Amino acid sequence: MSDPISRTPLHPLHVELGARLVPFAGWEMPVQYSGIIEEHHAVRRACGLFDVSHMGEARVRGADAARLLDRVMTNEMATLRAGHARYTVMCQPDGGCVDDVIVYRLGDREFLICLNASNAAKDVAWLRTHAEGLDVEVLDECARWAQLALQGPRAEEILAPLTPVPLAGLKRFAFAEGAVAGAAGCLISRTGYTGSPGFEIYLPAASAVPVARALLEAGRPLGLIPAGLGARDSLRLEAGYPLYGHEISERISPIQAGLGWAVKFSKPDFIGREALRRQAEGGPPSSVVLFSLEDRRIARQGAAVFAGELKVGEVLSGTQSPTLGKPIGSALVAAGHAGSSALTVDIRGHRVPMSLSAGPFVK
Amino acid sequence: MSQVPADLRYTKEHEWVRVRPDGTAEIGITDHAQSALGDVTYVDLPKPGAKFAAGETFGTVESVKAASDLYAPVACEVIESNAGLDAAPDLVNREPYAGAWMIRVRLTDPSSVAGLLDASAYSASL
Repeated sequence: MSDPISRTPLHPLHVELGARLVPFAGWEMPVQYSGIIEEHHAVRRACGLFDVSHMGEARVRGADAARLLDRVMTNEMATLRAGHARYTVMCQPDGGCVDDVIVYRLGDREFLICLNASNAAKDVAWLRTHAEGLDVEVLDECARWAQLALQGPRAEEILAPLTPVPLAGLKRFAFAEGAVAGAAGCLISRTGYTGSPGFEIYLPAASAVPVARALLEAGRPLGLIPAGLGARDSLRLEAGYPLYGHEISERISPIQAGLGWAVKFSKPDFIGREALRRQAEGGPPSSVVLFSLEDRRIARQGAAVFAGELKVGEVLSGTQSPTLGKPIGSALVAAGHAGSSALTVDIRGHRVPMSLSAGPFVK
Repeated sequence: MSQVPADLRYTKEHEWVRVRPDGTAEIGITDHAQSALGDVTYVDLPKPGAKFAAGETFGTVESVKAASDLYAPVACEVIESNAGLDAAPDLVNREPYAGAWMIRVRLTDPSSVAGLLDASAYSASL
């Protein structure tokens, strides 16, 4: 028996807008409205509005809140200031990833954590297990919040007239609480998962539809269109952002995934520290690379990567990059081959040369 | 609802066949199929002279989301592949029954087309 599928508070609006709905991580989500490529370009050139209410939220509060988070997270939490957010990974003792999350510091003793939908229940249980003996409580707030992502160069222009929150003063990874389109109790964060400027808006579930309508209406003259998970995936891959279950997972550590910047060995202890330190010092057995292809075929997840006739890895994510007009992807490649200029990928029996990329495909 | 022209024959795998006055046939994919695939980025088609049995894979259509095999609805030999799809694969989304025909073939057995679904049977299968 599989669990029943969940719907976000925005489901009626998706149906009205003609979205194609697909199951994703236990949720019925819009994969596209007008088309993935059109939605992708809208985000790069103007703006797109995404329903990301499937993402989970946990509130951690109490005198030991920062202590709990510094125990379970690879990044440093004690130094995070209220009103700021930080990307971090939560690791197993062997260095594999439980999840990658964004931590928002609400106050001295209170944090809100944004969790991946597929991991939300596991994450809350993990946090609670490691909270034992500490003066802290972990609240599951997944059902309380809806989330919208307003992403693209026109995002600020669209959002500013709809909120009293002074957006111009909000730096990247800063957030503020306030109303949006008359809906109180929202949290506006200058963060995103597209590689374009923009905001993520956490809002009470009941306000989701009216706020989304107000944003779409205000943004339409500026080129705003609704965008689905299909464009979200091609956008994040161009930006080089990892997706749990692809570039990071229980078997791929943050060191392997190139997320060493979010692992702070300066902290005396955190779960996974020893395993990650060994990987960082001795070099991991394999690591994640980004690549593009001078070909029409797309190398999809699971496609084998070769050095000569030796299989040295496999593709983790692959899509057509609308910005570059060619296929891009990520692959997990064995140590010693991650800088190779002679790798090929097998696509339905064709060996296609891979061009490894030093960094993201968009700035 | 997707379009299903009455004058074509269909397969459950969402290919269509149009028999031309000269006895050759064109093969493509249906409006339903292009809609399910989403934005098509590439169509990999066989060269003239290639022969296929009914149900055999004759090519691949690739969209942003996935790559899907194309199946020969009936036994046939390729006369021509649609070169226009190389430069404009999105024709598959815009004109699935017209500009986006994929291969023109010689039918091994002209009567085999009669065994395919007609428009009403295909519509009922959707």
